[in-house]
Amino acid sequence: MARLFSMIGSRLVIAVPYLWLLVFFLVPFFIVFKISLSQTAIAMPPYLPVFGLEEGVSGFVRNLRDLSFENYLWLFEDALYVNAYLSSLVIAAVSTLLTLLVGYPIAYGMARAPAALRPLLLMLVILPFWTSFLIRVYAWIGILKPEGLLNQFLAFLGIIDQPLVILNTTSAVYIGIVYSYLPFMVLPLYAALEKMDYSLIEAAQDLGCPPLTAFWKITFPLSLPGVVAGCMLVFIPAVGEFVIPDLLGGSRTLMIGKTLWDEFFFNRDWPVSSAVAVVLLLILVVPIAYFQRAQARAREEES
Amino acid sequence: MASLGSTRRTFAPWADPTAKPYIRFENVTKRFGDFTAVDDLSLTIYEREFFALLGASGCGKTTLLRMLGGFEQPTSGRIFLDGQDMKGIPPYRRPVNMMFQSYALFPHMTVETNVAFGLKQDGMPKPQIAERVARMLKLVKLEPFAKRKPHQLSGGQRQRVALARSLAKRPKVLLLDEPLGALDKKLREETQFELMDLQCELGLTFVVVTHDQEEAMTMADRIAIMDKGKVLQVATPAEVYEAPSCRFVADFVGSINTFEGSVTKAGSAARIRDRSGAEFSVADAGAAVAGDTVWLAVRPEKLRISRERPADAENALDGEIWDIAYLGDMTVYNVKLDDGRVVKASTINSIRRLEDALTWHDRAWVSFSADAGVVLTR
Amino acid sequence: MAGTWGRFNVVALALGFAFLYLPIVLLVIYSFNESRLVTVWAGFSTKWYVAMLNNRGLMDAAWVTARVAFLSATVATVLGTMAAVALTRYTRFRGRLLFSGIVFAPLVMPEVITGLSLLLLFVAINFDRGFATVTIAHITFSMCFVAVVVQSRLITFDRSLEEAALDLGATPVKAFFQVTLPVILPAVIAGWMLAFTLSLDDLVIASFTSGPGATTLPMKIYSQVRLGVTPEINAVSTVLIAIVTVGVVVASLANKRQDVLRQREAAE
Repeated sequence: MARLFSMIGSRLVIAVPYLWLLVFFLVPFFIVFKISLSQTAIAMPPYLPVFGLEEGVSGFVRNLRDLSFENYLWLFEDALYVNAYLSSLVIAAVSTLLTLLVGYPIAYGMARAPAALRPLLLMLVILPFWTSFLIRVYAWIGILKPEGLLNQFLAFLGIIDQPLVILNTTSAVYIGIVYSYLPFMVLPLYAALEKMDYSLIEAAQDLGCPPLTAFWKITFPLSLPGVVAGCMLVFIPAVGEFVIPDLLGGSRTLMIGKTLWDEFFFNRDWPVSSAVAVVLLLILVVPIAYFQRAQARAREEES
Repeated sequence: MASLGSTRRTFAPWADPTAKPYIRFENVTKRFGDFTAVDDLSLTIYEREFFALLGASGCGKTTLLRMLGGFEQPTSGRIFLDGQDMKGIPPYRRPVNMMFQSYALFPHMTVETNVAFGLKQDGMPKPQIAERVARMLKLVKLEPFAKRKPHQLSGGQRQRVALARSLAKRPKVLLLDEPLGALDKKLREETQFELMDLQCELGLTFVVVTHDQEEAMTMADRIAIMDKGKVLQVATPAEVYEAPSCRFVADFVGSINTFEGSVTKAGSAARIRDRSGAEFSVADAGAAVAGDTVWLAVRPEKLRISRERPADAENALDGEIWDIAYLGDMTVYNVKLDDGRVVKASTINSIRRLEDALTWHDRAWVSFSADAGVVLTR
Repeated sequence: MAGTWGRFNVVALALGFAFLYLPIVLLVIYSFNESRLVTVWAGFSTKWYVAMLNNRGLMDAAWVTARVAFLSATVATVLGTMAAVALTRYTRFRGRLLFSGIVFAPLVMPEVITGLSLLLLFVAINFDRGFATVTIAHITFSMCFVAVVVQSRLITFDRSLEEAALDLGATPVKAFFQVTLPVILPAVIAGWMLAFTLSLDDLVIASFTSGPGATTLPMKIYSQVRLGVTPEINAVSTVLIAIVTVGVVVASLANKRQDVLRQREAAE
């Protein structure tokens, strides 16, 4: 009896979270896809019905005939969307690179710090990650605006006499992304660098390799798994980012997350925003799959 | 052959055809994917026996133990305990307890609550639990540490807690997975004898898994030597050492010299010609018949080493001393024969070293009597 | 060690941490500014904290957020722990690949997609949007974070502890609650805290899935920020930062104690 109970128990452990995620994560994607094939209507919900089974088989077939890829065609006809996708990818890629450039020295410094100091440094990197994303982005508004703290400071130093326009430009978005996603970059880099054996560098130097060459030939290649993980953790969410371009980028910055938001909340065009989401997902499937494979490989190597 | 140890001399149920086996493995096979960990293995263990499973890592000994504990199910074959088929019985319903190699002490519980854990699962009344725990802690001499957590104990103390915990439920059989593996050498030797006394005192059946042949020889009534999922020999320590069943066993337990050759005269007072043409006199060639390829195996301590060929030597070989390992109580000589083979001979240093002792590159003779070696057919 | 931890590393760390913390520090400082302008210092004042406390809408939103965060973190911890156990213990069951995929995908999924898709689900099944829908949405994405945190602890968990419990007569369910759970508890608590702060933090998914009467604090902050920067928001932010900082510091100190114990255990 107890055996039966424990068998049911083990099934439950799998089934409950599995079902939850199927219903609230996977099924919604299919609904998004379904609605992306529908058309806008002035109703609630604001779209025409598509292949549901409510109307029986004949209704299903009729609806199937009404399926339209119009929304997808629309995405390619209107340059706004294509530009938004491209600009999102470019902004995400550039900020990923910037985050790597900023994050690598920090991770390196941490990994080379005295062992007793490392947990504290690690906590200092993680701490901002726990505090509100929205608040951290908000903090930059006060710094970057024309009469903001950065301009005041630079004027005080006499470096500028005209305030720099940073807020509501792409530069502000770069700063925001680098700032918000820095811990995601530093942590995997640190993990990769920290477990590296320092005697490898000593061996390279012993064999006649100057420090900088030793870095490029030994340290950097060995930290590549961390570089890949960090870049993916920054790039993937940055492509679909909404808060940063919305608060720091102003109306001129085009990013797809913002476009989707506007399409949904201001134009109330649910089918088009669904189509936007489906295409965004398709674009991201490649890096997500690559990232998961890289992670799985790293886990295998460790065990 | 009688087993060693005065208190155990009369204990030999395996030699008694009427004795009922307590644990029986019947054609047990265990596969993990493509890997066969235990291969069609049959084995019997008797009540109150101290039984050792000896083998290198990966030989299947731990899998065998885990099947007895109920942590793995056999792919085929059956396991009986006290006449009952153990098939499908989960670990928590089996009258056996296990002492884990890592000790597996619950880190969030004190010594006391660790020991009481199994008794609580059985729903034993509290006063009885307290009494039993106190007795177990006394048995392993840990009374002053009852309130400590495992991380506040030394390795040896933790081993005792694990032992007390697995004994607390008075299991019919205690399974021990490398029980002394994590202890240092000195502590290991002490603990060996304590385990033996405890087993005797409690009258339990112990099945111990070990890769350490000395440990198995010291503690066990019988040893099963395993390789690649099969049992090669089950015998008392003395039999395993003096009459190994095959070259693997001979080589695995202690060190040994083997001479490959063919039988020229079978039966008793047999003769074996080896590769180099030398002929050995052997007291008994066993079942081997003339023409068979056999291996004559001789332990190093049964070889004598001398400058001159002893006049009474039944078998003798000469060569050059290649290496000397002086170990204090004894000295091991590696003698290189003229055909390149190396023979190991050891002598007990019963007198303090002499000035004219044999040394590197000296010519020397190694000799042995006709009954010093054992003839192996596989 | 001094030789290997050169000047370069110290400078890199100093600049890095300045970049990470300066904006937060400035935000906190200006929450005590007398002036309405966030960027001009006009003397110390706590009046924005008073204003914050008197802002009915803000306080209501804070209360909604606290309830959503508490409820969703608790359910997400249960579900996420179950998912972690399923992934580490049962290496072979039908659909495992899909399962591990949908456990890890939400970690990198753009929030706009998760939010939109959940909203469309709720609309499709005619589920009124409000407190319940936000909570369900938060459970869904934060349980995946819990699963990752707990799973990484379970991987290093010594299975023989569980086997010892079974061996001593505990059923698998009892073994889990009496041995496994107490040992992995720090990771489970860390998972809960992560889920709690994620919920506390979320703007995008809440905006999609929330309905009338269930405005969360980030939604409220966002709508005020869009109207312009006010010291009141700085005050709210400061309070939130203080809560999270205290929580994280206390938790990591507790964790550190655990680590020390574990290390001592390993060393012996």
